[in-house]
Amino acid sequence: MNIQEFLIPLLAASVIAGTPILYAALGELITERAGIINLGVEGIMLVGAVSGFMAAVTTGNPWLGLLAAMLAGGAVALIHAFLTITLRANQVVSGLALTIFGTGLSGYLGKAYIGIPVQKPFSAIPLGPLAEIPFIGPILFQHDALVYISYVLVVVVWYFMYHTRPGLNLRALGENPAAMDALGLNVFYLRYIYVVAGGALGGIGGAYLSLAYAPSWLENMTAGRGWIAVALVIFALWNPWRAMMGAYLFGGIDALGFRLQVLGIQMSPFFLQMLPYLFTVIILVFVVARHKGRLTSPGALGLAYDREER
Amino acid sequence: MNFKRRSAVLIALLVSCLLVIVGCGNKATTTQPQAEAPKEKIKVAFVYVGPVGDAGWSYAHDQGRKYLVDKMPEVETTIIESVPEGADSERVITQLAEKGNKIIFTTSFGYMDPTINVAKKYPDVTFMHNSGYKTADNVGTYFGRMYQARYLTGIVAGKSTKSNTIGYVAAMPIPEVIRGINAFTQGVRSVNPTAKVKVIWTNTWYDPAKEKDAAKTLLTAGADVIAQHQDTPGPIQAAEEAGKYGIGYNMDMSKMAPKAVLTSAVWNWGPYYVKTVQAVKNKTWKNDQYWGPMSDGIVDIAPFGPMVTEDTKKLVADAKDKIMTKKWDVFTGPIKDQTGAVKVPEGKVMSDQDMLSFNWFVEGVDGTIPK
Repeated sequence: MNIQEFLIPLLAASVIAGTPILYAALGELITERAGIINLGVEGIMLVGAVSGFMAAVTTGNPWLGLLAAMLAGGAVALIHAFLTITLRANQVVSGLALTIFGTGLSGYLGKAYIGIPVQKPFSAIPLGPLAEIPFIGPILFQHDALVYISYVLVVVVWYFMYHTRPGLNLRALGENPAAMDALGLNVFYLRYIYVVAGGALGGIGGAYLSLAYAPSWLENMTAGRGWIAVALVIFALWNPWRAMMGAYLFGGIDALGFRLQVLGIQMSPFFLQMLPYLFTVIILVFVVARHKGRLTSPGALGLAYDREER
Repeated sequence: MNFKRRSAVLIALLVSCLLVIVGCGNKATTTQPQAEAPKEKIKVAFVYVGPVGDAGWSYAHDQGRKYLVDKMPEVETTIIESVPEGADSERVITQLAEKGNKIIFTTSFGYMDPTINVAKKYPDVTFMHNSGYKTADNVGTYFGRMYQARYLTGIVAGKSTKSNTIGYVAAMPIPEVIRGINAFTQGVRSVNPTAKVKVIWTNTWYDPAKEKDAAKTLLTAGADVIAQHQDTPGPIQAAEEAGKYGIGYNMDMSKMAPKAVLTSAVWNWGPYYVKTVQAVKNKTWKNDQYWGPMSDGIVDIAPFGPMVTEDTKKLVADAKDKIMTKKWDVFTGPIKDQTGAVKVPEGKVMSDQDMLSFNWFVEGVDGTIPK
């Protein structure tokens, strides 16, 4: 077996496996950039997965499923927004409650949908001439539509964050909300927007599992991916490109383990599962060293904003 | 100041909400049978490791529970889903005993010690632990000889493969799983001596996407039939998408991958639950270590898919007959290991003890057991 034959399917599988994590991580990234920690990603993903699946089965249209997943994910995040922005409740507690709530709710909603197939899942659409590019094509451009959308989304989020005025505001929102308030921007309103948008992306992450990756509904089918997404945002130092790399790294590690097994190379699964964390630590050391430790979390992350507090 | 007090109140409120939610996290559901007030209810409880909606292991147990309620209207059942193995389960089992349940079925290997611990404190309650090996005066164990069903599914796989490579997505390298792989491979090789069974370990019982990935890897490596010892339909979905065949586990999985599923190796706990509850009711229950054979109906294979040929069905029926009549069992020598060394000599049958501690692969398995 030559190296291409090994690498291409491995990297293609990493992209697929990384996509649900990527969506959820991008959602969490913009949420945290706005200064709000949402630990409810796992719950949001599950609610997204079940709502998307239910809508897709009922209507026969996966795009409506996707829409339902976004709305449901956004709705669950709205609870978090209300609790943490309006009521200024503890963000960690609210997020954890949300995960438990989302797990229970999705299980309850999905009871009747267990074990039934979806007629039209998202299936692979090779992307014309792009899919023909040697090496790159089969890795990046022979997937389903949601994978392509995620590429675009990374670019959009990055461009928005670093090259537009509202993006600058978003970053400032998480650094110094009082300054934004002084500039006449509505901190509460903007934070609501970003938390809900983040939840909608988490919902897509869940729907990717139930409508594209393993098209079916099973309770708890996210199996901890929401938590990986939360961790990933920190490892990525709140940067969408690094989040993308990280998502594929986390996604790829199982794919690598499986392929090594097929080749008869025995490697401890515990060692393999440790690898992405090891990589991220190494990457972090380099990134932080290069930036002389300036890259830290958004300054106001996790703090409730109160206009009257000085 | 005002703000701080308010937020303190809110946090307290949230924490209490959280506690309530956590408390309800282990959803306890009590079913009330329709029958008009029989003299005395027998309260029976089940502890599940996964959600009933896993379409796999816990689902199969719950089907058994429903069968029990159906057959014995005097039984009132309580289930607790998604109970983590370990200390949490001990608390849950204690609660169930405290609530007056007379029989408690704990349906995962990791509940073994907690079950024994709780049983000491409640001598009047009968405990049945699934898949373990520890008993006490009021604790019995029960399991089924799934390897017999796996052998039969192996025959189907061996007859259906064209590439002579069969993929097997396996959860954890424990004797139960290794025994299943070996039995399956014996079945494959009985009809197709040149075929091999490629094994991938996923190190998870429950992650549909990951299991599917493992199956895809096997398909890329040339497998054209996928078998699984996993609790979700992920692997057979991969087979379906690739236009290849699959063999389900736990329950009849044909619904989830109608074009792929040749058959499934299935659990059928219902009749055993009825028997056990009846035994306790009639005071004839003993703290046995029950390892039920296929002839008891506790394990079986699901109806064949339309692609399975008459020829194959005949081979399966013959083998099933030998197993059902107990004339022969799967691990009857000669059996060689992967290196070709004879581990079970001609004419010898492997002892239960040896089968329960399987830690080597038979000839024909392409894979290794992680140390």
